[in-house]
Amino acid sequence: MAMTETPMQRERARTIYEKSKPGRRAAVLPAAEVPEPPLEELIPAELLRAESPRLPEVAEPEIVRHYNRLSRRNFDLDSGFYPLGSCTMKHNPRLNERVAALPGHARLHPAQEPKRAQGALELMWLLQESLAEICGLPHVSLQPSAGSHGELAGLLLTRAFHADRGEERTKVLAPDTSHGTNPASVTMAGYEVVKVATNESGGVEMDDLRAKVDGDVACLMLTNPNTLGLFDENIAEIAALIHGVGGTLYYDGANLNAVMGHSRPGDMGFDIVHVNLHKSFSQPHGGGGPGAGPIAVSERIEPYLPRPQVVRREGTNGHGPTFDLDLDRPKSIGRLRGFQGNFGVFVRSYAYILSLGADGLAEASETAVLNANYLKARLAEGRAGKRLPVAFDRHCMHEFVLSGKPMKKELGLATLDLAKRLLDFGFHPPTVYFPLLVEEALMIEPTETETKESLDAFADAIERILAEAEQDPEIAKSAPYTTPVRRLDEVKATRKPVARQSMPVMGDGGPGSAGRASR
Amino acid sequence: MTRYTSATPADRAEMLATIGDGSTAELFEQVPAALRLSDPLELPEGMSEAEVFERLAALAERNADAEEQVCFVGAGMYDHYVPAIVDAITQRSEFLTPYTPYQPEISQGGLQVMFEFQTAMSELTGLPVSNAGLYEGPSSVASAGYLAMAATKRRRFVVSRGLHPHSRETLETYSVGYGAEVVEVGLRDGETDAGELAAAVDGETAAVFLQSPNFLGAVERVEALGAAAKEHGALLVVATDPMTLGVLKPPGEQGADIALGEGQPLGNRLDFGGPSFGFFCATEEQIRRMPGRIAGETEDVDGRRGFVLALQTREQHIRREKATHNICTAQALNALAAMVHLAWLGREGYRELGELLVRRTAYARGRLAAVPGVELLHEAPVAREFALRLDAPVERVLERCAERGIAAGYPLGREYPEFENGLLVAITERRTRAQIDDLAEALGAAIQAANGEFVPDSETKSPVAGEVG
Repeated sequence: MAMTETPMQRERARTIYEKSKPGRRAAVLPAAEVPEPPLEELIPAELLRAESPRLPEVAEPEIVRHYNRLSRRNFDLDSGFYPLGSCTMKHNPRLNERVAALPGHARLHPAQEPKRAQGALELMWLLQESLAEICGLPHVSLQPSAGSHGELAGLLLTRAFHADRGEERTKVLAPDTSHGTNPASVTMAGYEVVKVATNESGGVEMDDLRAKVDGDVACLMLTNPNTLGLFDENIAEIAALIHGVGGTLYYDGANLNAVMGHSRPGDMGFDIVHVNLHKSFSQPHGGGGPGAGPIAVSERIEPYLPRPQVVRREGTNGHGPTFDLDLDRPKSIGRLRGFQGNFGVFVRSYAYILSLGADGLAEASETAVLNANYLKARLAEGRAGKRLPVAFDRHCMHEFVLSGKPMKKELGLATLDLAKRLLDFGFHPPTVYFPLLVEEALMIEPTETETKESLDAFADAIERILAEAEQDPEIAKSAPYTTPVRRLDEVKATRKPVARQSMPVMGDGGPGSAGRASR
Repeated sequence: MTRYTSATPADRAEMLATIGDGSTAELFEQVPAALRLSDPLELPEGMSEAEVFERLAALAERNADAEEQVCFVGAGMYDHYVPAIVDAITQRSEFLTPYTPYQPEISQGGLQVMFEFQTAMSELTGLPVSNAGLYEGPSSVASAGYLAMAATKRRRFVVSRGLHPHSRETLETYSVGYGAEVVEVGLRDGETDAGELAAAVDGETAAVFLQSPNFLGAVERVEALGAAAKEHGALLVVATDPMTLGVLKPPGEQGADIALGEGQPLGNRLDFGGPSFGFFCATEEQIRRMPGRIAGETEDVDGRRGFVLALQTREQHIRREKATHNICTAQALNALAAMVHLAWLGREGYRELGELLVRRTAYARGRLAAVPGVELLHEAPVAREFALRLDAPVERVLERCAERGIAAGYPLGREYPEFENGLLVAITERRTRAQIDDLAEALGAAIQAANGEFVPDSETKSPVAGEVG
């Protein structure tokens, strides 16, 4: 049944610790070349470690096999369609890996003095300028390490902005469709979240917003297009309302891939935007990081940007411009992390921007929107159209949300069952059960780098699964069948977490070998 | 059609026909006309792959990297040798290109790596629970503050001046948000002032933050210093260097409730500061307050062993405003690099590497302290980094060493004005005895020159860049 070309690795899981044998090793270290007194002569004995940490003892060939086998227990973007809504799983160009690995980038120490890191600082400055243009806002800080870090930065900037005006506000508004990171960031930044309702066309419910906007509102956080993949047509009015009471408008850039070169958050009235370089700008997701979440801000927010800030200084005496790290920013919120940010990610994303250029970025967003609308249209046909209706029936932007409610009622199939059955067809499932306001939600984002053929194959697979379920729903309910493991007991993993290998390792990895950590 | 998309004009026509529209412009009509860009972005046109490569290679050329200069700079990130298998494994598509493992059935590889990584970090730090990784070092410190507030219901942090300046500043930045006060305790002879620390900790203290080895390289007496935290019910948070834990007593054996730090030395590139990862380990008691992802072992419906993201109920996508943290990134690829590096080192190699660092550092410290115009800034025990005081303007000395192809160290003066001509020197297994001897010679000559010669005013101002490399 599986449509994946290479079957996944299915042997019983054994950890590297379970393959360890005393005396085996891979590393050969350089000779000391210096006197080798007992360590106690250099460091007081009471500060020394008695027993070495129990790292695995395995020779190099088996380390390579171990991790290669593990890799074949992963599904990945290079193997197949990955329509995970809000995650923008677009192709990761290998050129970007090559340029990031150049020694001038990869082996550059972060504390290198600016004068000997001019190439790196210029690259950062060029990326700042590019992102400023794409976002329609004049200033950029590359420092935040991820989207949620950018959100926290934006809220701390908002706090500093108001504090500078002698104000202390307590509330941050966010739609009920927002990403979970939004409310979590709000709490970390010391604000209270106030939820705003969604109207029948998927946008912000204006009456609810008006009722909640007052002088205590610090900020409104919005994703536009939102997590339903819909552009909020009232954005100008929303911005006027928030600015009218002195609040800031924050743009969650998770969905920027819909509008690059077509519309700009700055022009919509946003003060602060975070950009997920690992979404719109092709940094590989790495199985859960690294990414980067630079922020673009309006003029009035600029004084508070994190330290250090990359700046360009005009040359004198016939020399060209120079680039520097500006630490002298008295109103800055301060640092959000060490050094300058995830530079390796900046290299990849800047390479991506150079590759595509103004025309290519606009074409990427246009194709992302075309692909999403095409797939939405394909899924409005046949069984999917009946069992999985689109939550808001209008043109979408780069993603759309279906509801599995009829499927569940009529076939007894939950969205989760459909998702698990898709695994047997060689597809990564869409984002499921989000946004929360759509029952049995499936959020689908195909991205621009997929072919029409892969979109068709996905639509066909959904159709087949629904047809199959009409005959025998139990097939999907017990899926998947072809994966390294089948449905896993997540409740057990949370109720009684086993978060590390127990030591010493017993046997060869049977169920009893990994008990609860007890030290 | 650009090089990363596939839609031909024929595809587009067919797709639009299925959608029922005449053009893609109609799809964008949901964006109000006033907000639609009428002109292209002011960015260059797209370039060929070869041209992009050349552009970026030209920029890279203008950086003095650790291949061009012999690098004695540390301050949290170090020029270690990364074994070839790290690159080979981390560049595999199956690790490079998946998303976070939300579908565990097809993410067993990544999840098991997290589980193995957690085990390794737990072993290194001597604490039972590790998460799967955070952004990097200093923000992990700030995350520990957030945890400590939740655990103790208190809002005051006592922080050693030996904690990395970036960590202290990041903690301050976050504290303005979550409403905590940061109190700093000074250093005495390179180590945290025990008396001052004991006096600063009280019943309102949520956590005490130490670093060992501290920013000046000194191995701190964590257990003794931590007694004040224990006495007042505050958490003891210890930042540490993961390359030193093969020889140094781990934080978990010295009373730490949380051990964390910058993970870069393990398998990760310098990358001008990132991406790397932060590690975060804690006592069992804190597991439900931990930030970040945690992989856990479980079974599938057939009783097969498997791994999942455990304790997701702490996380933002489930708990929203009540989450223990907003972070969703585990720096999974960076943590994988660390795990492969640690497996390659193995139990013996990891300890041997620590011993090598300690001995070469002792040699370098002795060698440099014997150079005229150089003295030790402190005499506390060190592991892989140490601080010097130069009898000459440090910036000028560094410039002269740089001209000889040596990045001699990290100047302390900006972040520690009390050590105006202080220099922090770091050792890795890549720094040979010959290179250390060269450094000693270069430092001596540079100090002599810096003190002996007249330097015109214009040269002391910010130097003109653009002529380098």
